[in-house]
Amino acid sequence: MTERLLDLTPLFTQSLYETLMMVVIALLISTLIGIPLGILLVITRPNHLAPNRWLFQILNTIINIIRSLPFIILMVAIIPFTEFIVGSAIGIEGAVVPLIVYTAPYIARLMETALLEVDRGVIEAYLAMGVSRTQIIIRIMVREARPGILLCLTIATIGLIGATAMAGAVGAGGLGDLALRYGYQQWDLPVMIVTVIILIILVQSIQSFGNWAAKKMKKNA
Amino acid sequence: MIELTDIHKTFKVGNREVEALKGVNIRVDKGEVYGVIGFSGAGKSTLLRMINLLEKPTRGRVTVNGQNLLELNEKQLRNARKRIGIIFQHFNLLSSLNIFDNVAEILRINRVPKPEIQRKVDELLKLVGLEDKAKAYPSQLSGGQKQRVGIARALAMDPEILLCDEATSALDPQTTESILELLLDINRKLGLTIVLITHEMHVIQKICDKVAVMENGQVIEQGTVLDIFSVPKHNTTKNFIRTIFNDQMPEEMVKKIKFEKSYTARLRITFRGDAAMDSVIGNLSSKYAVDTNILYGSITSIKGTALGILIVQISGEKDMVNEAISFIKDSVYNIEIQSQKEGKREVLQV
Repeated sequence: MTERLLDLTPLFTQSLYETLMMVVIALLISTLIGIPLGILLVITRPNHLAPNRWLFQILNTIINIIRSLPFIILMVAIIPFTEFIVGSAIGIEGAVVPLIVYTAPYIARLMETALLEVDRGVIEAYLAMGVSRTQIIIRIMVREARPGILLCLTIATIGLIGATAMAGAVGAGGLGDLALRYGYQQWDLPVMIVTVIILIILVQSIQSFGNWAAKKMKKNA
Repeated sequence: MIELTDIHKTFKVGNREVEALKGVNIRVDKGEVYGVIGFSGAGKSTLLRMINLLEKPTRGRVTVNGQNLLELNEKQLRNARKRIGIIFQHFNLLSSLNIFDNVAEILRINRVPKPEIQRKVDELLKLVGLEDKAKAYPSQLSGGQKQRVGIARALAMDPEILLCDEATSALDPQTTESILELLLDINRKLGLTIVLITHEMHVIQKICDKVAVMENGQVIEQGTVLDIFSVPKHNTTKNFIRTIFNDQMPEEMVKKIKFEKSYTARLRITFRGDAAMDSVIGNLSSKYAVDTNILYGSITSIKGTALGILIVQISGEKDMVNEAISFIKDSVYNIEIQSQKEGKREVLQV
């Protein structure tokens, strides 16, 4: 049995590679979209840096709608959009688009929570010192919220790994797809177990790294 | 230096409108320490925030350094704010930066050259007595030390005005004293104009030159601290001053005092500076046929001037007592007849 698993090693590394590919690309782009959205969700609140009830309500509603859909449904529902963006709804690129649509609002929500932790008094202090709003966002809010932001990205990454498993449904491959095809459809228990172990190690190391880094950043806070 | 003219501020709370300030006028001269005292909800915090326009008045004029702040655009207002430092009750430091960086950050944001920042921050930390804490983080400091960092940060941009928003309210009495000493010290050394709000009268007594007493969104009394302490007019002011001079006689005690003579008057005497109070009271019995009974006495110093309060009871023939009163009146700052009694009948003076 060990021999058989060794024969399948390329399959595992290929799947791991595909998963990591999807996670890294989707995470990068989602972060680029999610962080500004999260900042907007905070500063457009009443009595914050740039109160704007309409913008806040619109963003809030859109994010809630997307966040209500399970990934598998979202992925199918936005196939036309995916095809429009990358020209195909299958393969890694076909999976990355829905992964981003799924993760960016999630990151925005987590960012919102992290940024709301920043003391209003601190923001007021720098406003009183004549610091511009942009500078306050970048140098004060985001800096103070760094440990929280890191934890938020950790959670988002893990959620993303979970979503990539379903991406197998559009032929994007990855570890989830492997477990589905071998473990579920062929009832191949050893492959299933190895896949599960790889996933556990992956998630555990990301979480541990995130916790460690956040703690290090926060050590004096 | 600072002039707030007819300031009104109305807040919307739900559907209700709350008038936080109702036509406040305040004038602070250069180099002055100006205190605003009031209970919570009196509007003093809103008033302080008018000076740097963190709160915009619904109506009124805000003039700082000859500039009408309400006429400035956003960039001009930001520049004006750089000249107005502020410290807070809860310090509002950046928890992710050490003490040096907490003070340096505002300089970096304003693109001050690096060597200049190093020099400036070292100097400021020395001024507030924290030169050995540069590498520490706010969470490792005591409340008083955090406020010192707050002061250093507020002074970083060389402001002309320092606003203190209940800066000592979260500190213990001893730390409060040391922070007040520091504020007084920088007021003298740097010629900084200081406006502070507080609910503690001894803060006013210790460092302020002038004071405004606020209640329900209005200034009910203002003037030099010495004048207000000498002859407070409003009841709220009197209550605040009683936290320093507790000259209120307990009811039971007042009842127990025997009145054997035909006429008795109770006086509240205020004397200032070098008035030799002892000789005035001491000579009373030899000069006039009256009995003198000292019920309360206290003396304090307000920015170097002695201020004493004495409550005495004088009894004797009515004419004699009145003569004695006019004799005292000539040599003291102020005299207030609290009550007079003829036989068993007491006439309260309001």
